[in-house]
Amino acid sequence: MIVRGHERVLVQGITGRQATYWTARMQEYGTRIVAGTSPRKAGITHCGVPVHGTPGEAMEVSPFDVAVLFVPPLSVEVAALDAIEAGAPKLVILTEHVPVRDVMNLISAARAAGTEVVGPNTAGLVTPGECFVGFMPAFDPSIFRPGRIGVVSRSGSLGTLACLNIVRTGYGQSAFVGIGGDPVLGTRTRDALEVLEQDRRTEAVVLIGEIGGDMEEDAAGYVQGMSKRVVAFIAGRAAPPDRRMGHAGAIFQGDRGSYESKKLALEGAGAVVLDTPSEIGPALARALR
Amino acid sequence: MNIPEHVAKAVLAEAGVQVPVGAPATTPEAAARTARRLGPVMVKAQVPMGGRGKAGGIRSSQTPDEAYRVGTELIGSRLGGHRVAELLVEELVPTVSELYAAVLNHPHGPARRVVLSERGGVDIEETARTDPELILTLDIDPRVDLQAETARQFAARAAPDAAVPAVADALVRMYRLHRDSDADLLEVNPLAVTDAGDVVALDCKLVLDDAAAARQPSLAAAAAPEPLTDLERTARDLGLQFVELEGDIGVIANGAGLTMTTMDVIAHLGGRPANFLEIGGDAYTKARPALGLLLAHDGVRSLVVNFCGAFARTDVMIDGLTEAWLELRPDVPAFFTIDGTGASEARKMLRRRLGLEPYATMDEAITAAIRAADGGSA
Repeated sequence: MIVRGHERVLVQGITGRQATYWTARMQEYGTRIVAGTSPRKAGITHCGVPVHGTPGEAMEVSPFDVAVLFVPPLSVEVAALDAIEAGAPKLVILTEHVPVRDVMNLISAARAAGTEVVGPNTAGLVTPGECFVGFMPAFDPSIFRPGRIGVVSRSGSLGTLACLNIVRTGYGQSAFVGIGGDPVLGTRTRDALEVLEQDRRTEAVVLIGEIGGDMEEDAAGYVQGMSKRVVAFIAGRAAPPDRRMGHAGAIFQGDRGSYESKKLALEGAGAVVLDTPSEIGPALARALR
Repeated sequence: MNIPEHVAKAVLAEAGVQVPVGAPATTPEAAARTARRLGPVMVKAQVPMGGRGKAGGIRSSQTPDEAYRVGTELIGSRLGGHRVAELLVEELVPTVSELYAAVLNHPHGPARRVVLSERGGVDIEETARTDPELILTLDIDPRVDLQAETARQFAARAAPDAAVPAVADALVRMYRLHRDSDADLLEVNPLAVTDAGDVVALDCKLVLDDAAAARQPSLAAAAAPEPLTDLERTARDLGLQFVELEGDIGVIANGAGLTMTTMDVIAHLGGRPANFLEIGGDAYTKARPALGLLLAHDGVRSLVVNFCGAFARTDVMIDGLTEAWLELRPDVPAFFTIDGTGASEARKMLRRRLGLEPYATMDEAITAAIRAADGGSA
């Protein structure tokens, strides 16, 4: 769930408006986009790369390491299964509002095939100075620059703010891992922490969580044994219960998935849990001292 | 989306799980008519709430007169914040034991999780607290069907011996219905075993995955209306995510995470947020209607606009917002922070059009907004 500059990227649904815009941004930044797919526009060249009908055809002529999906919600399952069948090592699914049934099916198929899935409903992955996949403002030097902080975030917008605060304090990022705002995800908080713990460039981790589900509680079990310090912010402390706060996964009922439950679990595991994202920089400075 | 009990039961019956004979009623007369046909009945208020029985929303009636009287008491009353508009009147089913059965999406794995407990008819959360060992779970790969033999072995751990085959059959049918109807949750509590040895779903809760509404049109059309305020309904019709709160500081931000955080920091710094309103994701071009909504919220005394663009371009959002501002000319003071995709263009636009300088940090903008809402000078 970290993407490095040498990895070759396939853009599924490349001819769409958003895909066109963000493919150009990724290329400018240095991401190795090798091809795109579009079931109806196979054979053309778009954004300077060949467009194939399916990921399978793409894999034969333009082998890729990562497939990024700019595909409408109800088409995601088929597009993902195609990429898995083609042997894609990694999938990044940006689409929001994919039915949970489809998400579970495609993650199950990916596990069986050994394909990593990030998302759905993620803003993507960034390795500052090398490449990004998705729609993150990697090209904004006030937000992203190469460094030693690993960031894992359910939210794209809040993850961006966290990165802004990291750079303001004089640090940079080793990797940004957007895991997504859905209730069922291919990469959960804990999975991302495991990768950042192993990553040699990462010296400390910023964990951006939010209310709903049990990913932060689950991750706390891993934080306990980590060699790297974890600084966390959990969004949704002021949110009312039983209401979905924008993200499909951001809803809590009773104690389950509540801010208090997550804060307690993470603090119990030795992480620092902050009251506002502006404390991220100072907290990192203390953690790395 | 919550599917009303009588619709969920019809769907369950179609899937081959036995449910009591009954009919919906919107008047006491209709309740009495159904009771005349069925004999002793249960009268159940159709409101989407847990603990409905304890709250008095489920009553037995021995005679049509009694059903009429219960009908007059329930229809129009309020239960758990919901007004009762409809009842479900069903035959009374004599039971020898009551189980709990459910199928849900489990994010670990991920899996479709089947839940069974010998303790049905009571709140499962209560059982989870007092006797967690009585709640059995079975996780199935979402691409695989629940096999009859697996279901039988699982059912045997909670159901009375004579009822094991029927309970197992009900579980398999529930599993498939959960999958085929794109449910978040399919819960039958209680799943009753009758003295005749039948297995009957006395209640049914079906929650449809919102994201699947487009391919489940008949279920989605039957969904219980959400308890929304007028402004929230307007927002939904505009395609905006809006939650109305009781505070006085209006919030416009992009993305769910950043919007929640803006609310959190307002509360942390001693203010009271008036709403959740995000215009990120697909809605980032909707800054204009978003501002209109906030200005229609009576309680709003100052406004925080917090943009940190990733997918959502801040130049597009500020363009829409400033145009709307010049048109609506609100007298509410607004405090901006702008970072991320398109930020330098967006900041210039804000200065040029409204003569406003964005704050360097979210905390500074929020502090100023709190001061303004409290009556101090901006």
